[in-house]
Amino acid sequence: MLALCAMSRITREDVERTADLARLSLSKDEIEAMTHELGQILDHVEQLQALDTEGIEPTAHAIPLATPLRPDRASPGIDPDLAVANAPASDGHAFVVPKVIDGEEG
Amino acid sequence: MKLESLEGQRAALDASEVSSVELVESALVRAEGAGADLGAIVGLRAEAALAAAAGSDARRRAGELRSPLEGAPVVLKDNMVQKGEPTTCASRILESFVSPYDGAMAERLEAAGAIILGRANMDEFAMGSTTENSTFGPARNPWDTSRTTGGSSGGSAVAVSAGITGFSLGSDTGGSIRQPASFCGVVGMKPTYGRVSRWGLVAFASSLDQIGPFTHSAREAAWVLEAIAGHDPRDSTSLPEPAPALESALTGDVKGLRIGLPREYFVDQGAEPGVVEAVRGAVSELESAGAKVVEVALPHTPYVVSTYYLVATAEASSNLARFDGVRYGRRAENVKDLDEMYRRSRSEGFGREVKRRILLGTYVLSAGYFDAYYRKAQQVRTLVRGDFDRAFEACDVIVGPTYPEVAFPIGARMDDPVSLYLGDIYTVSANLAGLPGISVPCGQHQGMPVGMQILGRPLDEATLLRVADAFQRRTDHHEHRPPGSP
Repeated sequence: MLALCAMSRITREDVERTADLARLSLSKDEIEAMTHELGQILDHVEQLQALDTEGIEPTAHAIPLATPLRPDRASPGIDPDLAVANAPASDGHAFVVPKVIDGEEG
Repeated sequence: MKLESLEGQRAALDASEVSSVELVESALVRAEGAGADLGAIVGLRAEAALAAAAGSDARRRAGELRSPLEGAPVVLKDNMVQKGEPTTCASRILESFVSPYDGAMAERLEAAGAIILGRANMDEFAMGSTTENSTFGPARNPWDTSRTTGGSSGGSAVAVSAGITGFSLGSDTGGSIRQPASFCGVVGMKPTYGRVSRWGLVAFASSLDQIGPFTHSAREAAWVLEAIAGHDPRDSTSLPEPAPALESALTGDVKGLRIGLPREYFVDQGAEPGVVEAVRGAVSELESAGAKVVEVALPHTPYVVSTYYLVATAEASSNLARFDGVRYGRRAENVKDLDEMYRRSRSEGFGREVKRRILLGTYVLSAGYFDAYYRKAQQVRTLVRGDFDRAFEACDVIVGPTYPEVAFPIGARMDDPVSLYLGDIYTVSANLAGLPGISVPCGQHQGMPVGMQILGRPLDEATLLRVADAFQRRTDHHEHRPPGSP
């Protein structure tokens, strides 16, 4: 809350940090533009702070349903050949990605 | 009866004046002509559709009709999967994706005998109100091709408006069916949240997304909704209720029905005068048919857009985390490690509006901001629901404009996200509160169609459609067609 009271505009550093969290690489121009646009949006949504929501339950789903249960029985899943058909790189039924762990291959 | 409407097609098929194969052939021609010129259709499955149509004609000869949709061509917004067909969400990141399974809509439509012709243009990942944020280029409004179709289901709206197919499906997270329906002069309906299965719909904001039909008439919308609604155990938010009987509710009778007019939609946060005038005219028509008008209050209306954009972007940032270049979708080339692969695949694959919304959603969920933004928005969502609960004690439906203005020029709002977002003021509430809503053509302003929005109680699609149908029985706005129609 403290950060919001004094100023609502988001800084370049905030945008860079957020892009990092979202695994997005932004160019200098994109960071500039996003800082401006997100600042405008955050300035606008600042209006919500004027509403007293003390004690109001948050709504996550408009139509609450109990978590549905199903019988614990095995049922067919997707064909493994089809499951890897869209993979940019695959080996048999495995998805191939760049090496994750450094060091000697064991 | 004309062949561009679902009702006309059904009548002609029933009278053996046309075959499903002939309907599909002419829809394909129209899709390749006007559909391409208007940027409405992004993929066709001609051979498969013609084969399916031949199957439908064989069923008809054998007297085995599956539903009122039997033999009728349809297009799906390009975010609903069908086995063996591409689904792109109008995004570079999914440009080469081919679905390994049938989504619920492909299954339901096939079970109803409808013929899936292809895929309709949209804003990337359904994020937008103009169908300009598309890797395929913008869709164009058939009433004036320099203007936007609205969005995000713009291609689906054009398919019906321009007479390519008699009906189509879209998805509505904050108005993405109702607003393009309003801009293009057709009927567009968002059912109650959970009414239609989201299995096989690429998720944008899971607590708000809902699939629904575009048609010319409320009666046709009832047919489509009867075919696509109903419980699906594969979608854990699918309502347990069976698909409702809707056509039987279309009695034409609105005597004693209470129409709530929110002061906020007409005065305080009112639409432009020409739009208000058209909607007031439509309300007078319903009054003369015996409905009663009452004023209701939706005091949190000024806050709904802020609430919506916080909730929707937060959910989107989580949902779109799955696009990482590992299992499907675009993967950047020449990457040195996994982290760079994630970053470059996502940065190269997503367009600007999608990045903006991922950033906003990530920011409002991040440490230090969660309570002030996301939790606050969820609390205001509760207040918005409360507004509607109270309003529906005094009325049976709520009527107002679908959008504050008519379709605006392509490119006009590209650099001003806040003013574009604010236009969603009348539509996002139905998503926040889970209510059914429909946009019905009710007149024109500046030569462009105006939509009247009717909102109902949760699960009460029947009353919504009864009011819309009663209005259409007394008026002919839904029979107006744009220039160049077949």
